[in-house]
Amino acid sequence: MADTICRTLRDGGLEGEHAPALTIKDSKASPFGFDVFNYVLTQLSNHILAGKSQSRGLVVVAYSRSPSFYVDLLKRRGIDIASSHDWIHILDCYTDPLGWKNRLIDKDISQEASSLSSFCQDVRNLDKLYSLIIEQGKGLIGQGKDRFSIAIDLVSEMVRHASISSVAGILSNLRSHDQVSSIFWLLHSDLHEIKFTSVLEYLSSMVASVEPFNQAAFGQRVDLENLSMLEQNFRKGKFHVRFKRRNGRVRVMCEEILVELAGIKFTPVLSEDEIINQRLLPKVQFNLQLSEEERNERAKVVLPFEHQGNGKPIQIYDGRRSLGENKEEALVSTGKLQPDEDSGKGQIIYFRDSDDEMPDSDEDPDDDLDI
Amino acid sequence: MENQNLNLLDRALGLDGPSEPWPLSGRVVLIEDCVETSGSFVLHQLVKRSLSPTSSNVIIFVAFANPFSHYDRILRKLGCNLVTQRDNKRFIFFDMLMLRCPDVDEGKSSEGGLVLLYEKILKTICGLPGDKKDYVTIMIDDISLVEVAANGGSDYVLDFLHYCHALTSEFDCSLITLNHEDIYSSMERPTLILQMEYLADILIKAEPLSTGLATDVHGQLTVLNKGTSHRLGRSGNKIHNFHYKLYVVLWRKKLVISIDKGYSSEKRSFRRTYHVNGRLGFWNLNTLCVTHLLNG
Repeated sequence: MADTICRTLRDGGLEGEHAPALTIKDSKASPFGFDVFNYVLTQLSNHILAGKSQSRGLVVVAYSRSPSFYVDLLKRRGIDIASSHDWIHILDCYTDPLGWKNRLIDKDISQEASSLSSFCQDVRNLDKLYSLIIEQGKGLIGQGKDRFSIAIDLVSEMVRHASISSVAGILSNLRSHDQVSSIFWLLHSDLHEIKFTSVLEYLSSMVASVEPFNQAAFGQRVDLENLSMLEQNFRKGKFHVRFKRRNGRVRVMCEEILVELAGIKFTPVLSEDEIINQRLLPKVQFNLQLSEEERNERAKVVLPFEHQGNGKPIQIYDGRRSLGENKEEALVSTGKLQPDEDSGKGQIIYFRDSDDEMPDSDEDPDDDLDI
Repeated sequence: MENQNLNLLDRALGLDGPSEPWPLSGRVVLIEDCVETSGSFVLHQLVKRSLSPTSSNVIIFVAFANPFSHYDRILRKLGCNLVTQRDNKRFIFFDMLMLRCPDVDEGKSSEGGLVLLYEKILKTICGLPGDKKDYVTIMIDDISLVEVAANGGSDYVLDFLHYCHALTSEFDCSLITLNHEDIYSSMERPTLILQMEYLADILIKAEPLSTGLATDVHGQLTVLNKGTSHRLGRSGNKIHNFHYKLYVVLWRKKLVISIDKGYSSEKRSFRRTYHVNGRLGFWNLNTLCVTHLLNG
């Protein structure tokens, strides 16, 4: 699922469409959101460098970590941006976000800007921030129809200095800009009202939430019983992703997260699909699912135009006559023609082209198109 | 002598290895406590470890809660002479007991006071000799009083903490703060303490036992060590939990008297009210020497 997210960001948006937007959200009980953010950032950087992505550049708006942190992070993943950084720019909203350093009377403390990063010293002014992001992005891709991607490491910090509506406004504007290919951001959901989290989820085409592995262990005083569960929560988590497809369908997927020395690892959860499908079904008074017995019976039903396989033609009972009468009217055949028997009668030749599809399947048949 | 005094807390924080590079360099430590179990002893223990003869650390101690004499008395009992360390420029004490939100007439805002404090810390670090600049530890005792001084402006406090956090990446210094979890427990969304928990690389929680009071054990410590990425690579996330017991030394009477004296001071009105509400009876435990931590 994490790879699906990265692929969607890599592919970007179509002409006239909003850029795909990803919200990564976590909470105190499972604070791995930043690890997920770093993973997505690394993957997207690799795609950009390999020329496989729609975007040709990446602007990182850094609120919670310094630019040197990202340089080190990418270096550990095999991407040396210190020497070659014509594809990435870091907007530093971390070192001096409110201009306190700038106000110091003693100006001996010099601030080093470089071609890799530039300072933003007034994060309260979101219009200025918007212009800076677009300017830096355009600087990376030059003139032409190329696009760039944007990564904002902490929207929770952004909303501390500005109102919810202005933050939503800037994100929406960034998303709908012609030259933005994709955008993703991190949010700590327990720091905000549900309203703000909902606004961001509404703006996003993908919402990835990190949840605790053991929900029950959170919030209680530590004792010997819940210590092992807390330890598990500290290394593992659950990763739920909700995709909004172009055709309007919503798809929910789930994985497990393991935080290791080398970074974060995503592993599939085998039995989750059924649970997820059940959650998606609306609660109505009639039964939308099949029991095991019903499924077996269904499998035994022979479809009207299919051959039974015993060489004999199939008789279809139409409900008006008793079985055995008027066999000529009920004759059908599949596959092979039998000219001796059926001259003058119509034939139905039926080839089944795909397996039976479950009702309300989330599979999009257009996924196979390779246009 | 040093090795004999190492305890489980030191091991949980990685302080049982070589002193250099300092294991807490570039890391943020948050100590959370409550009325029943004060976490001040953890702070005192960290002061003692930072000022050990084998390390080159310099401590910038920003004190909102107690005067210098208080810490001097306690650390003396732990075998550390703060007066000498202060004279050697290894222990730099910022007495913030008088900082409170100025009146409007004075023209300064709550934010302005914190900006000045940040400036003072930054200038102190920059003014250190070259070899000492890399081994700075900033300690703040405690954040709830910073909030009081900022007249409840938790946003300003968060901005101040953000700038202190920026210092840890700029100068590789450590930041150790103390806050009281139970102050925020009645809030629906305790933003300040939550933000601090997100900022922290190591969270040390001092809380009572889940089974209640006990005569042999005063409380339990839980150390959550997030293996955050730093230049040395990434270490795994670890949790440690152990019980602790603090030994009483004959300081009780003296302390009660000194609090009564503090009562009469007009300028201390904010502090005095705060300390009287629920913390007076517990105050005595702050003087206790930590000599022994039990395994849980």
